[in-house]
Amino acid sequence: MKDFAFHRPATVQDAVALLREHDGGKFLAGGQSLLPVLKLELAEPSDLVSLAQLKELRDIRLDGDKLLIGALATHDQVHRSPEVGKAIPALATLAGGIGDAQVRNRGTLGGSVAHADPAADYPAALIGLGATVITDRRQIAAENFFTGLFATALAHDELITAVAFPVPRRAAYVKFAHRASKYALVGVFIAETAGGIRLAITGAGVKVFRVASFEAALGKKLVPEALDGLTVPPADLNGDAEASAEYRAHLIGVIARRAVVALTGKP
Amino acid sequence: MTTEGIGAAVLRKEDRRFLLGKGNYTDDITLPQQTYAVFVRSMYAHARIEKIDASVALAAPGVLAVFTGADIAADGLGPLPCGWLIKNKDGSNMVEPPHAALAQGKVRHVGDPVAMVVATSKAEARAAAGLIDITYDVLPAAGRLADAVKPAAPVVWDEAPGNLCYDWHIGDPAATAAAFARAAHVVELELTNNRVAPNAIEPRAAIGVYDMAGDAYTLYTTSQNPHMIRLLMSAFTLHVPEHKLRVVAPDVGGGFGSKIFHYAEELMVTWAAKKVGRPVKWTADRSEAFISDAHGRDHISRARLALDAKGKFLGLQVSTLANLGAYLSTFGSAVPTYLYATLLSGPYDLPAIYAEVKAVFTHTVPIDAYRGAGRPEASYLLERLVDKAARQLGMDRIELRRKNLIRVDQFPYQTQVALQYDTGNYQATLDLALEQIGYAHYDKRKAESAKRGKLRGFGISTYIEACGIAPSAIAGALGARAGLYEAAAVRVNPTGSVTVFTGTHSHGQGHETTFAQLVAEKLGVALDAVDVVHGDTSRIPFGMGTYGSRSAAVGGSALMKALDKVIDKGKKIAAHLLEASPGDLEFKDGNYRVVGTDRVKAFAEIAFTAYVPHNYPIETLEPGLEEQAYYDPKNFTFPGGTHLVEVEVDPETGVAEVVDVAVADDVGTIINPMIVDGQAHGGLAQGIGQALYEEVRYDAEGQLTNGSFMDYCMPRAADLPNFKVGNHVTPCTHNPIGVKGVGECGAIGVPPAVINAIIDALTPLGVTDMSMPATPEKIWRAIQDAKKKGA
Amino acid sequence: MATITLKVNRQAHTLTCAPTTLLVEVLREHLRLTGTHVGCDTSQCGACTVHVDGKSVKSCTMLAAEADGAEITTIEGLATGGELHPMQAAFREHHGLQCGFCTPGMIMSATDLCQRSPDPSEHEVRHWLEGNLCRCTGYHNIVKAVRAGAAGMRGGKR
Repeated sequence: MKDFAFHRPATVQDAVALLREHDGGKFLAGGQSLLPVLKLELAEPSDLVSLAQLKELRDIRLDGDKLLIGALATHDQVHRSPEVGKAIPALATLAGGIGDAQVRNRGTLGGSVAHADPAADYPAALIGLGATVITDRRQIAAENFFTGLFATALAHDELITAVAFPVPRRAAYVKFAHRASKYALVGVFIAETAGGIRLAITGAGVKVFRVASFEAALGKKLVPEALDGLTVPPADLNGDAEASAEYRAHLIGVIARRAVVALTGKP
Repeated sequence: MTTEGIGAAVLRKEDRRFLLGKGNYTDDITLPQQTYAVFVRSMYAHARIEKIDASVALAAPGVLAVFTGADIAADGLGPLPCGWLIKNKDGSNMVEPPHAALAQGKVRHVGDPVAMVVATSKAEARAAAGLIDITYDVLPAAGRLADAVKPAAPVVWDEAPGNLCYDWHIGDPAATAAAFARAAHVVELELTNNRVAPNAIEPRAAIGVYDMAGDAYTLYTTSQNPHMIRLLMSAFTLHVPEHKLRVVAPDVGGGFGSKIFHYAEELMVTWAAKKVGRPVKWTADRSEAFISDAHGRDHISRARLALDAKGKFLGLQVSTLANLGAYLSTFGSAVPTYLYATLLSGPYDLPAIYAEVKAVFTHTVPIDAYRGAGRPEASYLLERLVDKAARQLGMDRIELRRKNLIRVDQFPYQTQVALQYDTGNYQATLDLALEQIGYAHYDKRKAESAKRGKLRGFGISTYIEACGIAPSAIAGALGARAGLYEAAAVRVNPTGSVTVFTGTHSHGQGHETTFAQLVAEKLGVALDAVDVVHGDTSRIPFGMGTYGSRSAAVGGSALMKALDKVIDKGKKIAAHLLEASPGDLEFKDGNYRVVGTDRVKAFAEIAFTAYVPHNYPIETLEPGLEEQAYYDPKNFTFPGGTHLVEVEVDPETGVAEVVDVAVADDVGTIINPMIVDGQAHGGLAQGIGQALYEEVRYDAEGQLTNGSFMDYCMPRAADLPNFKVGNHVTPCTHNPIGVKGVGECGAIGVPPAVINAIIDALTPLGVTDMSMPATPEKIWRAIQDAKKKGA
Repeated sequence: MATITLKVNRQAHTLTCAPTTLLVEVLREHLRLTGTHVGCDTSQCGACTVHVDGKSVKSCTMLAAEADGAEITTIEGLATGGELHPMQAAFREHHGLQCGFCTPGMIMSATDLCQRSPDPSEHEVRHWLEGNLCRCTGYHNIVKAVRAGAAGMRGGKR
């Protein structure tokens, strides 16, 4: 790892100010995405601004029809939270499937979302539920948040403080994982919301995406067979030695059907 | 059996230090004034080195030295030797290009070491390594075995045109051709044995130390065989006499073959320790391990089986291409020949066999022994072929095997490929495995899987292997450049405790316990009173180390011989004390007794007397009670058995899951059933790993595309089931314990069972073939392709 | 350079190290607690697992500076006065280790599981251990050991 200065601010404002001051700085949440990147020397920040002292960003609470999860809530916290389990159990399932136990003890919602790995799980939930990313200065709708491969709408010094998830009628997340890395090859988040069926896919493209044709068909009839004949073109998808684009396109159909089953409880 | 002797499932003595975090692995060792080495490795598969400019690196903070190929050539460091000479069909020698510890003028694989930086901290060494400026003239590379043999393929060694190292054969071509000529059925199969990486969880490490006062060296290294490393360094690479070189293999975190070989790094840190005047320590990163540890397997074969009308095997013909990588590793030449083709009779009565093996250089990491070393390649080929034969002939897979398994009355069985099997009972292990898996109720399980939308498949493999290597004269006649005996010294201490010095090395196999059990069995001494010392050339007699499942069979036998000598000498002492003649005494349960009387002397008293020889036959017997023995095996040993696997395949995703494994192995006498089971489990996990999850992937240009655990899939606990392991014992007829060896059985027997199970599951869908690793996409595509063909 | 204070196995340490220093490096090199091992460089193998403030963490994926003020337990801190922790005893009883290299991380990971789930099923154990690789045992005996260790921990020993 290339050398960096390490800071541990006590407040959100101090943290933001540090990033504003250091062009080459990065926020450090749980470190489960950032530290591996630094160890491989794929990034060389001049400063790391640890968010560990910002205990107020760990809260999870229901606020009316929205579940507010603090940016520093760990995956394990979200997985085991009674509030999450009651309001959006699919989110608890999703968090419980991220990485492995040790990763879940450190990795955070905010860190995952800001990192925007195309194979991360949380982005599927944010898009699938139509969540809002709350930062130190504004609110960003999820559909405007993920802009590309490891890219978000955040300004360099902008800090996520929480994510607000609208509570759906029902939701489900089904993940087909890469067997070595445990990241999603295809992860499907499906939600039945007031505004209709939302279906978001992670792992298969450069960023999380919805499939309008799937949503429309499932909006008419919420059964797996509604997806018969519908596909996502492989040309739009990632491919690698573990899973080609063609195979991912096929998996999307399979996993989406399984997500419908998980959602409705009816095979 | 005593409660702590042969057959007892005693808990391991060595566990305590590992459980407390007090193991002493090489990277745990810190020496005063220690410096750190980092290797600069080629990122090209094939290139000429035009220039190495280390001037900036040398001036970097903390840097003591930068060494390149020119430096080691100037000092006369010898190339890393190959330990087994293979001859071509025409009797000429294999091509044997030099393998220098640092590249000489050319790099031949990604990871080929070009320079070594030594600095006062690892961070400084790494930083300086990045400052070395190397100019390469990049050349085309042959990254894959199939491509390396094509005309106009880039050549790894000018002296090996067509990238051919050797063209070898074994068996009887005329008899085999005749068998095929009269065959009612001929079954053909092309198959690949996929390249895998051993990936012991402890990466390799080495610390070189030079003592100026004594002009002597010490090397701490993650090795399975410290004496062999010392011999090779003394005689071939470092050119320092053996009495001036101590090699220590402390606690080693797994080897599986990958830590047998004499590697560049251990030579370099030893040599550099004198150059810089301080200890030099190197520890591999995992990504470095992927491009510097020897890999395993990587064969492409065409096999044909001839059968008569009733399904009796008449002959087997095999052509194999074996990848050696860019350099000959220490045993790389032997693995696809004498450790492979000599196993092609399997457990079957096969009257005619002919096998040809072409060993090929490629611009990749060298390939050498990995758990099974040649025997998994043989059993995979045979068991896939036999299953195909069953399908082709419309016969039951189990019955076809029964028809051809060597019968108990046929032992000792001389195969057509050199080996003579001493004893076994393949019918018994087959029956035992079928019972363990509940074969009678398989159809019920299959129906239940179907209810859950899964295709269940049943796969079988009946295998044999040859281990307990090896009889020195036979090995030598076949080209080995070493003897393969083993040594043991037994030092009885005056107060009756025993220290064993063994030339084998335990890196997970539990020798500190099992060897102590042998002492407990023979001498009646408590397990707690036995200490087993291994891994330090300054303490142990010359031994060949641990690999090829040889420790119990060869090392244990040496120990038994030494124990016999101890008992014999003790008998003379006891006879003196009991005023009898040695011939009137028997030694049993730790006591010397005058036969037919109650006049007894306990072993402890004899031990004490040996060291305080006041009442003693001093005229005819020296004091002390310490004996040494060497054991050269009379033959290989032949464990074998049946491995059964049930898989469930999800036809929608192609995911195959191993849901049940039942194996019955005949490993001869079992010293510790708990440890034997553990060895079986570990081998099965690696075998299932190769069949379903693992593959080292090179692109056509020789770039390693999955050199980390992010992309190379190591099996995890959630990927594997529990294992049902049973044993049938037919003791080895030619060693004192009757032990055959167990360490590699799992890796040898199970891979074809897994693939046979997957094919069985998919047969109703029209799928007839599958390759390793059977990834989800591969299975899915096979299903789609079969659909298209059928449609 | 950063100065950090951390409690390791109930003993406080103050030390200075470069900010880039990983927690595992502080443990192994500064504090000479070499029971925690490094087996990979992509945070997969789990041989480096320790407890930070009571939870299992891969010490290779944490900066020492992040552990400032934290309470760390390593494998060396499990046994009391030479008496094995029930999980350590269970690993011995059930032959849950061979070469021993993955074992400290495996045990630290398992004890965290059993703190949260005092009677874990086989399925739970196998899935919890996704962050711990073993190459020797095939996991069969590790799973048995963990469940036996859980029973030992339930028995009130710790």
